[in-house]
Amino acid sequence: MLKTFPIGGVHPPENKLTSDIPIEYLPVPETVVIPVLQHIGSPANPVVNKGDLVKTGQIIASGKGFVSANIHSSVSGKVNKIDSAADSTGYKQIAVYIDVEGDEWLDTIDRSKEIIREIKLTPEEIVKRCFESGIVGLGGATFPSHVKLTVPSGKKCEVLIINGVECEPYLTSDHRLMLEKGEEILTGVTILMKALKVEKAMIGIENNKPDAINHITKLASEFKGITVYPLKVKYPQGAEKQLIKALTGREVPSGRLPLDVGAVVHNVGTAFAVYEAVQKNKPLFERVVTVTGKSLSKPGNYMVRTGTPLSKLIEAAGGLPDDTGKIINGGPMMGKAVCNTDVPVVKGMSGVVIFPDIESVREEIKPCIRCAKCVLACPLNLEPFLLMTVSELGFFERAEKERITDCMECGSCSFTCPANRPLLDYIRLGKSSVIKMARERNLK
Amino acid sequence: MSSTVLITVVSLSLLALFSAVILYFIAQRFKVFEDPRIDEVQALLPAANCGGCGFAGCRNLAEALVKADNFEGLNCPVGGAPVMEEAAKILGKVAPVTDPTVAVLLCNGSPEFSNRTSHFDGASDCRISNSLYKGETDCSYGCLGNGNCERACKFDALHMDPLTGLPVIIDEKCVSCGACVKACPRNLIELRKKSKKDRKIYVACSNCDKGGPARKACTVACIACSKCFKVCEFGAITIENNLAYIDADKCTFCRKCAVECPTNSILELNFPPRKPKAEVQAEVVNG
Repeated sequence: MLKTFPIGGVHPPENKLTSDIPIEYLPVPETVVIPVLQHIGSPANPVVNKGDLVKTGQIIASGKGFVSANIHSSVSGKVNKIDSAADSTGYKQIAVYIDVEGDEWLDTIDRSKEIIREIKLTPEEIVKRCFESGIVGLGGATFPSHVKLTVPSGKKCEVLIINGVECEPYLTSDHRLMLEKGEEILTGVTILMKALKVEKAMIGIENNKPDAINHITKLASEFKGITVYPLKVKYPQGAEKQLIKALTGREVPSGRLPLDVGAVVHNVGTAFAVYEAVQKNKPLFERVVTVTGKSLSKPGNYMVRTGTPLSKLIEAAGGLPDDTGKIINGGPMMGKAVCNTDVPVVKGMSGVVIFPDIESVREEIKPCIRCAKCVLACPLNLEPFLLMTVSELGFFERAEKERITDCMECGSCSFTCPANRPLLDYIRLGKSSVIKMARERNLK
Repeated sequence: MSSTVLITVVSLSLLALFSAVILYFIAQRFKVFEDPRIDEVQALLPAANCGGCGFAGCRNLAEALVKADNFEGLNCPVGGAPVMEEAAKILGKVAPVTDPTVAVLLCNGSPEFSNRTSHFDGASDCRISNSLYKGETDCSYGCLGNGNCERACKFDALHMDPLTGLPVIIDEKCVSCGACVKACPRNLIELRKKSKKDRKIYVACSNCDKGGPARKACTVACIACSKCFKVCEFGAITIENNLAYIDADKCTFCRKCAVECPTNSILELNFPPRKPKAEVQAEVVNG
């Protein structure tokens, strides 16, 4: 009997079209636009000026405060300007524009292909290196990793959990990374274990990736303390709390952090980035992005420099199909539609899914029939239909009482609703309003 | 037979009398004094319970008016000056002079001027589309067109125009309760001072971007060229955050700014048609 989380969840069609396509390195574009906010927390401060020459891997914006991350140049060239640029939502934010000249890397970066297993840095140095290298959670939430690696006094981390679940349909970037960079990932896991001072690491991989499970299990036998667990396929298993429950049986209480049950969760992509930062001194400026869609002529997994325009990525995948209805940044369940193909690739972009128009239409909204399918699908034991109604009416105190802030916006409720009600749309609205309300209350 | 009827009538009457006496004493004991003027003032108010005054309903405003030493900060925007004067007469106070206001929309981005570059098919709620993305046009400050203001208006004074996708405010019906102002997540509705014959002149744009991107997103956007600022003789125009604003208190409706505006983002409504250009120039020369 395979492990999984017990409450709720759905099983959307997997559509992993690109799981057999090896990672391809995308050529460096002519210009890049690198936003200074690519993570959760405060935006980084630009430290370069117009006209400066930068090298690949050079820091261009430094993190402001503890919950922030450094931003590095992904190319070598000249800083054209520091101006506002539209992100995938269309809202403007500060970004550094760089005109590419050649591809000259910083000398400190080790560009050899050799895999280094021996860890020379102390735990404190590892955390510091992660901050300096701008490592953030690459699963999609982009939470700065050094914060997760700093265990506050009074709390103890017992187990490190590595998320290789990739439960989102269509996306295969983590899957390919595990197949092609398995040894690097496992070394990265060992580094994370050292930083957190834990003896045990658990890697959870869903059962729809048997090749990755076999590959990582075989490699893991050479590393101390790392065990691989195949998991039953169920969405949203890649969510932090669900994965902890599935692997350890521990439940993170409402409003608490995984560390309160002695666990820390990192993504396989993050483990790979940590390996590169610690062993190769390479900051985070490129990542694997799955570009996929049923009508794309050449879907695939691409290693892309941050700041590359989305249009270049789509061009590499065979160009935008004529019947394009929606372009989704992220997976089809949690991702959001982008409104412009000029938006830059950022650290949190795990995939780009291009839907044909016939698949991207929202059906007509019908009245709620009280079937409670959303309640059964919610992995957090919430009542989505109720949260939607109170949010729509603006009863945010009630929404707070019904624990709307626990919602992780997995979209299982909207997916399962037979009346096509926009449950998640309104829950997101309620959640953000409640968070704002609580913040104002705390300020008083 | 007759005795049964008699006993019933007498016993029930006695019971009623007894209950009445008890109720009378209880009523005396637990009497709550309420200023009778509250009822009088409430009768004057429009009974719309719209919340435009800042209170939950008309009764609450009436209570506040009776309790207050002066009328400062208390105003029924729906009833306006006549109602407040009546209330002041009852309460023996002076009503401050408040100018009637009317809602105006600070956006003119209809498809004619502002291209639709994407299509939003999520839940039709401005708060949601505002939190998700910039909107269907390239302007991230403009009207989203999902009609939260229309739903908020209790006076049937605001309707979405299906052609322009923008709300249209009916001046005669607008009571300036401010419900639409609160409903708009982008703060696009302003309550402006009402003037003679409902004449209005204002900058119908809220785009805080620099001139280039603003103009690219919408041909009638304010590009903060400051031409209107220079031409205004009364100091009514200020430019802040790449956006011009006309102060309704200082504006004299001379309409010079509207002529100067290169993008036509200054709207002039309910004015008589302009004289032909040559005459205007001749007048200036003579004057």
